[in-house]
Amino acid sequence: MSEIAKSDPNQSTEAVSAADIEIGAMGQRVGSLWTDAWYDLRRRKLFIGSAVVIFILLLFSAFPQLFTDHNPRDAGACQLMNSLKEPSSSHWFGYDVQGCDVYTKVIWSTRNSIVVGFSTVIMVTLVGGTLGLVAGYSGGWIDGLLSRFADIFFAIPLMLGAILALAVFDTGDAFTVALIMAALAWPKIFRLMRGAVIANKHNDYVVAARALGGGTFRVTVRHILPNAIAPVLVYVTISLGEFIAAEAALSYLGVGIQPPGISWGLMISDAQERFLLASHPLLFPSLFLSVTVLSFILMGDAVRDALDPKSR
Amino acid sequence: MYRYLARRLLQAIPVLIGTTLLIYLMVYLLPGDPARALAGDRRSDPVVVDMLREKYHFNDPFLVQYWHYITGIVQGDFGTTVRGRDVGEIMAERFPWTINLALTAIVIEAAVGVVAGIMAALRRGKFFDNLVLIATLMMISIPTFVTGFILQLLVGVEWQVLPVSFNEADGFKAYILPGYVLASLSLAYVTRLMRTSLVETMRSDYVRTAVAKGLPQQRVVLRHGVRNALIPVITFLGADLGALMGGAIITERIFNIPGVGGQLAQSVYLRERPVVVGMVTALVLIYIVANLLVDMLYAVLDPRIRYE
Repeated sequence: MSEIAKSDPNQSTEAVSAADIEIGAMGQRVGSLWTDAWYDLRRRKLFIGSAVVIFILLLFSAFPQLFTDHNPRDAGACQLMNSLKEPSSSHWFGYDVQGCDVYTKVIWSTRNSIVVGFSTVIMVTLVGGTLGLVAGYSGGWIDGLLSRFADIFFAIPLMLGAILALAVFDTGDAFTVALIMAALAWPKIFRLMRGAVIANKHNDYVVAARALGGGTFRVTVRHILPNAIAPVLVYVTISLGEFIAAEAALSYLGVGIQPPGISWGLMISDAQERFLLASHPLLFPSLFLSVTVLSFILMGDAVRDALDPKSR
Repeated sequence: MYRYLARRLLQAIPVLIGTTLLIYLMVYLLPGDPARALAGDRRSDPVVVDMLREKYHFNDPFLVQYWHYITGIVQGDFGTTVRGRDVGEIMAERFPWTINLALTAIVIEAAVGVVAGIMAALRRGKFFDNLVLIATLMMISIPTFVTGFILQLLVGVEWQVLPVSFNEADGFKAYILPGYVLASLSLAYVTRLMRTSLVETMRSDYVRTAVAKGLPQQRVVLRHGVRNALIPVITFLGADLGALMGGAIITERIFNIPGVGGQLAQSVYLRERPVVVGMVTALVLIYIVANLLVDMLYAVLDPRIRYE
C-alpha cells in the first residue's frame, strides 16, 4: 500500500521521507513503483557493485580483444613447452596443461557463459511469461490445460533433464545448451506470471480499462502485464546466475559446451586431473564463475528488496 | 485429509505419464535412426543396430513403442547397455554409495542448517545473523564443483584432516567431505528457511501467549517456536533427498565415488546413451515419487492443508 500513498502527491506532504524528497526533486513522474525502485536501487552499494561487475563481464564477452592481445584460437596460441607454468608478471594466471594462457582463455570464455545465461533467460521469459499471461487471464480449461502441461516440465529437475537431453542432442554449442535449459525451466516463470496475473486481474483499474472498451490484448499488455511483471523480473535476475552455473556444471560433465568451444566449466574439467600438481588452471575459471554467479544473485536480491518494500 | 491424499495421488498420474512420454519422445523420436543413435559410435555395427531396433520395438507404431517402454519401466526394466547388461542391475549395484552419500548430506543439512537457522533467527539483525546471511549467500553463489575442489585442496591436501578422494577403507570419514559438498547449496536454503520460518513463528499469537503465561524462554523457543517452524523445513529436506540424487552426479565425479552419480557421469562422458537414458529416467521418477511422498507428509504434519 505504501506505493499508492507515495504516488499521490497530495498525501506525500504528510509523511515525508528522504526518498520522497529525492523523488520530488526530480520533478517528472513522481513515484511509480518503478521510479521508487530505481531510486532505492541507486542508493544500494551492493546493487552498484554487482552492476559494475556485470558491466565488466558484458565488456569481456562483447570485446575480449580489448582485454587481451591473444586469441585462444590462434595458431600457436598454446605452446606445450609452457604447460602448467605458474602465474608470472607477464602471464598473470599462468598456463594450463596444453600450454594455453589461462587469462586469455578465461576472458574469451566469458562470452559463452553470458550468451547461455541471457539467451536462456530471454527464451524462458518469452515462453513462460506469455503462457502464464494467457493461462492466468483466460482461466477455465485453457488455464487447466496449460497448467498441467507446465506440471510435467516442472517435475523434471533441471540438471537431470538437461543431461538427458544434451546426451541426445549432442551438438556442444552454447545455443543448444540454452535451448534445452529453457525448455526445462520455463514452468517457474509460467507459475509466477500466472499467479501475478490472477492476483491482479480483478483489480479496479482492470475492470475500469475493460469498461472503457479496452480489448483483451490491450487490457492484458497495457494494464495487467506492467503490474504483474515485478516478481518475474526478480526471478529472472537471480536465475541468470543459476543458468550460468548450470551451464558450467553441464560443460564440466562433458555434455554442455564442448571443444573446440571454450567455457569455464570445460576449463575446470580439463584442469581437474592435475589440480593437485597445479591448481591455478582450476582456480581462476572457478573464481570468475563464482563472482559472476554471485553478482547476478546479489543484483536479484537488491531488485527484490527494491520492488517489494514489504519483504524487509 | 484422506480426500487431499487421494487427490494428490490422482494428480501425480498425469505428471508421471507426461514426464515418461516427454523423455520417450526426446530420446526415441529423433530425426534419423534412433537405433543408430543409441548404438553411439560413428560407424555402428549393423548387427547391434538391428538388435537395438528389435529390442526397442522401433518397427512398431509409436503408441505400441511407448507402451512397451512404460510397461518395462513399471517392471523395473530401464534398458540394457550396448553390451547387454541390465541398466537396472547396474543401478542397484551402485545405489548403496549414493544412498550413504545422500544420507550424510541430509544429516549435515538438517543438523547444521536447523541450528544455524535457529541461532540466526534469535539474534536477528545482530552479528551472527549477518554472518549467516553472508555465509549462505556464498554457499549459494559458489558452484558445487568449485566448493569441492577448494575443500579438497584445503582440508585434504593443506591440512590433511580428511581424505582427499573417496576410499572405501576410510569408512564413515570418507563421506564427510563429499557429503558436505553435496549438501552445501541446500544447507544454505535450509538455514535461510529455518531462520525466516522461526522469525515468523515467534511473531505469532500462541508464542505471545506462551511468553505471557510466564514460560521460560527456552521452552517457548523450543516447544512453541521451533516445533512449528520446522514443518516447512522438514518438507524441504524430504523433497531435497530426491534432488540430492541428481546433485550426486557432480559430487561423485569430483571425489571418485563409485555410486549412481559417478556411473552416470562416466556414461555421459563415454556417450553410453542407453545407460544415461535409463538412469536419468529412474532418477527423475525417484524425484517425482519423493516429492509426492513429501506432499503427503506435509498434509499429515500440518492439518490446515486439508481445507485447501
